[in-house]
Amino acid sequence: MQIYLPIADLPVNIFLILGMGLAVGFISGMFGIGGGFLMTPLLIFIGVTPGVAVASVTTHIAASSCSGAISYWRRNAVDLPLALMLLGGGILGTGTGVWLFTLMRALDQLDLMIGLSYLTLLTVIGGLMAWESIRAILRTRSGRPVVLRRAGSHLWFHGLPIKFRFKRSRIYVSAIPIWVIGFIIGFIGAIMGIGGGFLLVPMLIYFLRVPTSTVIGTSQVLTLVTMASATVMHAVTNQQVDAVLALILMVGGVIGAQFGARTGYKMTGEWLRLLLGVLVLVVGLRFAYALIVPPTELFSIRVSETAP
Amino acid sequence: MIAFRIAASILAAWLALAATPAGAERLITSLSNHRVMVTSSYTGVDLVLFGSVERDPSSAIRRGGYDVVVTVSGPRDTERTRRKGRVLGIWVNEDYRTFVNVPSYLAILSSKPTQSVAAADTLRRLQVGFDNFQLPQQIGPDVADVVKDDPFRQAFVRLKQEHGLYVARDGAVTFLTPTLFRADVPMPANVPFGIYEIDVKLFADNAMIAQSTSALEVIKVGFEQFVANAAHDHALLYGLVTAMMALLTGWFASVVFRRD
Repeated sequence: MQIYLPIADLPVNIFLILGMGLAVGFISGMFGIGGGFLMTPLLIFIGVTPGVAVASVTTHIAASSCSGAISYWRRNAVDLPLALMLLGGGILGTGTGVWLFTLMRALDQLDLMIGLSYLTLLTVIGGLMAWESIRAILRTRSGRPVVLRRAGSHLWFHGLPIKFRFKRSRIYVSAIPIWVIGFIIGFIGAIMGIGGGFLLVPMLIYFLRVPTSTVIGTSQVLTLVTMASATVMHAVTNQQVDAVLALILMVGGVIGAQFGARTGYKMTGEWLRLLLGVLVLVVGLRFAYALIVPPTELFSIRVSETAP
Repeated sequence: MIAFRIAASILAAWLALAATPAGAERLITSLSNHRVMVTSSYTGVDLVLFGSVERDPSSAIRRGGYDVVVTVSGPRDTERTRRKGRVLGIWVNEDYRTFVNVPSYLAILSSKPTQSVAAADTLRRLQVGFDNFQLPQQIGPDVADVVKDDPFRQAFVRLKQEHGLYVARDGAVTFLTPTLFRADVPMPANVPFGIYEIDVKLFADNAMIAQSTSALEVIKVGFEQFVANAAHDHALLYGLVTAMMALLTGWFASVVFRRD
């Protein structure tokens, strides 16, 4: 069944979009990520312009993370003070990211910068996550217990001042790394058009030692707030949010996220991290492939401005 | 694509009378529909153009018959054609040309291959065919069309054809009688919005003897128009409503799927 998207100006098959929403929603619920790094390339692939894809995906992620956040909230798996503190840094980071985005567009190499950021970030993060979780799984197999929060393994920034105690996550850390992580997520999210959940989850685990039980719920709450405000900002600044596209995506997304969250809750942390690491790595390698393999079509057209 | 053919009578609806350069013939054309409405079920249409050649009875009969070239050009915009090249082992957009004020849609329909309806210089002057149509590029401070075998120009036309936005069909104009013809104008699913120019040229004896121009409009209607208007005119409200819709959908799903 074909439907015409009013902002994207494109007829699409409604079931294709619904299916994409379901699939990405399942993954997002399972790992506690927004799924933007999967959905945005998928939409561009079916012909939606990058601007509309990025803007509409933020709306879809808002819905998806909302249903996920409520699910985790009911299981007491959300650390709200931690999420709010991350959000403070996130807002600063988004502002800086939008500023740099405009600057890079003026330099006319935005496509390359986005491609390279995706490639570098996704392969490095994905590779690290996969490697770490394989080591953790092997340790469990060999009989030694996995110590997630090793008492003696404090990194240098764990000694920073302004410490806060987060009861639900059972951590006692400085506010400085929390603000820095929030800033990085907001910054990267604005530049690459992603929610940043797939970065936030490993950062919280590895740097702040947030336990796997609260990390996904907390990440979902942060994603929900940033993506809902990003929707409004995109609508006001570029008028690129396609509400019809977003609605179809989110209907598929919220259903998928429910099943994903249940599947994720049953899995052990190591396997969950390994799967997510591999997934992120694969998307990163896909970007590498596009940059390295000689393209079949060297030319491309971009409408730079429409005459009034 | 759904064929959306309205059998339009030539006398009814719009009549486009032409200036008659040669004096002996007049060209009258009519389009099945001057307004293409893009609704939620729009997947492309074929418009039907009818035309009639009215001959002055006192003039001599053209032995060679008539040829028609229909050029439909869509709203103009500025488009950039980019070429990838290998820099430090990765493929990046290395070079580009900016095509200024070129038609976003261009259909060239003819009763026989355009090269054979008139002499090459005539065709160039009249801008008949992709090779002769003006596609000006930004070259430094100047704007000019380049030679037709310029790789960027060729790539531009080829990519536009692949997107279904540039169409060239020899034989798409068919003569029903020696003086009555019709042509199907394909409007693809990704048709740009705006005013389209329809230019019909009548050829005989290797020269253009009559011309007729008219216009058509492609607009969004119904729910699509409402959403697009809301997004542009009430951006903040639209954004807030869309965000609320997202939160409600998420909340609703968590209620529906609640297990405990």
